[in-house]
Amino acid sequence: MSDTKRFLYVNRKAPHGTIYALESLEVVLIGAAFEQDVSLAFLDDGVFQLIKKQATTGIGVKNFAPVYRALGDYDVKKIFVERESLEERGLSEDDLMEITHENDDEEDVSSVEIVDRARMAEIMAAQDVILSF
Amino acid sequence: MSTLHTVNKSPFDRGSLESALAHALPGDAVLLIEDAVVGARSAAARIAEVLKAAMPACSLYVLGPDLSARGIPTTDVIDGMTVVDYAGFVDLVTGHDKTQAWL
Repeated sequence: MSDTKRFLYVNRKAPHGTIYALESLEVVLIGAAFEQDVSLAFLDDGVFQLIKKQATTGIGVKNFAPVYRALGDYDVKKIFVERESLEERGLSEDDLMEITHENDDEEDVSSVEIVDRARMAEIMAAQDVILSF
Repeated sequence: MSTLHTVNKSPFDRGSLESALAHALPGDAVLLIEDAVVGARSAAARIAEVLKAAMPACSLYVLGPDLSARGIPTTDVIDGMTVVDYAGFVDLVTGHDKTQAWL
């Protein structure tokens, strides 16, 4: 019997104002060491976590945004972003940072998939474990 | 007697911005800080309309360092809103009789 479980990290908060986004990322990186089937979901205000060019010097906190781009190195390859959440906030895929991983042919391919709300619901339903932030 | 209203939660997540605007009186100022700055983008149509509706009566501000931290360029900010730095925040506090935080 396989010990691999499907884990989904659900991110629904804007970054920096609260600790949720950073804590989620820390847990994802720790969890990656256990070789589970990991996916990340960004919906509601969580989509703001993936905005390009975050510069936190002015508010005196660590800028953890570049760490998302390293997720591919931790074998975290499935990042789902909800289309309706982007649209409701006047955002598009172009506003998001590029996050890639190496495929089997050693080519860098995007880890980010924009999905609609119905598909997000299916993704959530297909998991063994959901961790909410 | 004028009041500076500060809002620090995302208007997509909570109603504190809309509640602050509903209670601000003519001559008051409203300053968006922390996660509330995500509401200052003109592309977010619904919240932008709510802010614009408050504009003739109230002056609206947004804290620049919090915009930068969230990757929001000042060019994306709603026309008529003023971007301030921390010194500008202090000026707003001292320039009004009191400050009311909408947490």
